[in-house]
Amino acid sequence: MVKGSGRWAPLTGMVALLISLALMVGCGLGAPGGETRAAPSKPANPDLILATTTSTQDSGLLDILIPMFEQKTGYQVKPIAVGTGQALAMGERGEADVLLVHAPDAEKSVVEKGAAINRTLVMHNDFLLVGPPNDPAEVKGARTVVEALHRIVVARAVFVSRGDDSGTHKMELSLWKAAGVRPEGGWYQQSGSGMGQTLSIASEKNGYTLTDRATYLAVKKNLRLEIVLEGDGPLLNVYHVMQVNPAKFSKVNAAGARAFLEFVVARETQEVIGKFGVDKYGQALFCPDAAKSEAEVLASNSCSLP
Amino acid sequence: MDLIWRGLLKAVELVVSGDPEVWRITFLTLRVSGTATLISVLLGVPAGVLLALGRFPGRRLLVSLVNTGMGLPPVVVGLWVSILLWRYGPLGFLGLMYTPTAMVVAQCAIAMPLVTGFTLAGIQQLNPKLRLQILALGASHGQLYWLLIREARLSILAAIMAGFGGVVSEVGASMMVGGTVRGQTRVLTTATVMEVSRGNLDVALALSVLLLALAWGVTYALTSLQQRGRQA
Repeated sequence: MVKGSGRWAPLTGMVALLISLALMVGCGLGAPGGETRAAPSKPANPDLILATTTSTQDSGLLDILIPMFEQKTGYQVKPIAVGTGQALAMGERGEADVLLVHAPDAEKSVVEKGAAINRTLVMHNDFLLVGPPNDPAEVKGARTVVEALHRIVVARAVFVSRGDDSGTHKMELSLWKAAGVRPEGGWYQQSGSGMGQTLSIASEKNGYTLTDRATYLAVKKNLRLEIVLEGDGPLLNVYHVMQVNPAKFSKVNAAGARAFLEFVVARETQEVIGKFGVDKYGQALFCPDAAKSEAEVLASNSCSLP
Repeated sequence: MDLIWRGLLKAVELVVSGDPEVWRITFLTLRVSGTATLISVLLGVPAGVLLALGRFPGRRLLVSLVNTGMGLPPVVVGLWVSILLWRYGPLGFLGLMYTPTAMVVAQCAIAMPLVTGFTLAGIQQLNPKLRLQILALGASHGQLYWLLIREARLSILAAIMAGFGGVVSEVGASMMVGGTVRGQTRVLTTATVMEVSRGNLDVALALSVLLLALAWGVTYALTSLQQRGRQA
């Protein structure tokens, strides 16, 4: 190996490059988000972790609501969009401050365990059964979701399940239970991923799947899937917001969680939710329900602004 | 085909229009992975040199651990770092979960074994007589190490490229410890995953093109340094 002064250059050059890179990018480190915002009054603890379901993020709703909330209150929200099962588990460990989820039975058990408080109705939409346009299991003729599932089983048509303990997965399992079927076999496939991904898989495999309306409308342009059943009573998809219990978890940002909860059910926010999606999809993706009781929502699937 | 074309057009559109969100994401990607690589180099190169030259009990075990670490799955790192950094985890008091710093920590854990392993191999490849010769010329230990690092510079630059390439492309760990918080922890890989699940395939493709361009740009700069002085 030949030595020469020029041979020093690569290493020193490389170190200089890396350091300048780190310095250059380091400038932004202190202020996440880059620009400083004019917060009305800076809360003592501005960081707020919102554990939520994929549908609120994938539909784009959070992109509207969170900036509104941040500007109004000065909090900085970290939305962690995971399945409802995981979001509730984060709440049960005190790793989130506020939860926006859609699995009523599982939510109630978290409240009963004392991990969450102030469970409040926010909005609903509905679940849909979607499938390939040629509808090999002839689900379109079914009147109830139970009948539809039976047809899928009889036809041994591919059904793609979320399989991830999300709110949609929990709903799907309860529907199979209502149908008296234990879904097993090669036709029943578990994607283990989020709603958008699961819809893609169902589309590629010419399969059926259960989806929330918001995600389906948001991603349907890439899919070869049609709605094969909608409007049956059990398909209601209800979202609640709740605070993680600060009495149980001292590190929880209680004031922030309270502020977010109040924001989501405030009249102005509910109006925004009720209009969300109309310009893009010709229909609202969520129906605001804060003014109603859960029984009222379950009794009639009608949507009227508060 | 149409989709790929639209994705490429979208990529050009995003770059030309200077979409602030896209720049922020690209910049953060560079910042997080650049910082992680720098830290890995500062710690990993000396560690590699010591492992290559040192003689101490347990050395073979350490080397095998480093070599295993070179293939460390990002999701495993993500899970472990999450467990450490959660509010109620052992390091929860630091409040680092879902911050760029947490992502740097996770990416260091991925890049460090790569840098250490490549450095180790590079130093060991040198002719053992070189070491004796340098010592015979009266060099101190510090001088010896520096001269050997210089001799192994091609391997070490390869180590840095491997480290940077490893972290800029990983998604599992960044997703788990960073979330995909807009304007705070959203990087090119996690943003791509998110846009795919949102059905915005053209945006996802555009982001992937940006990621490739970024990875290529940095690697090209490092390669130029590596190959400098060599006639083309």
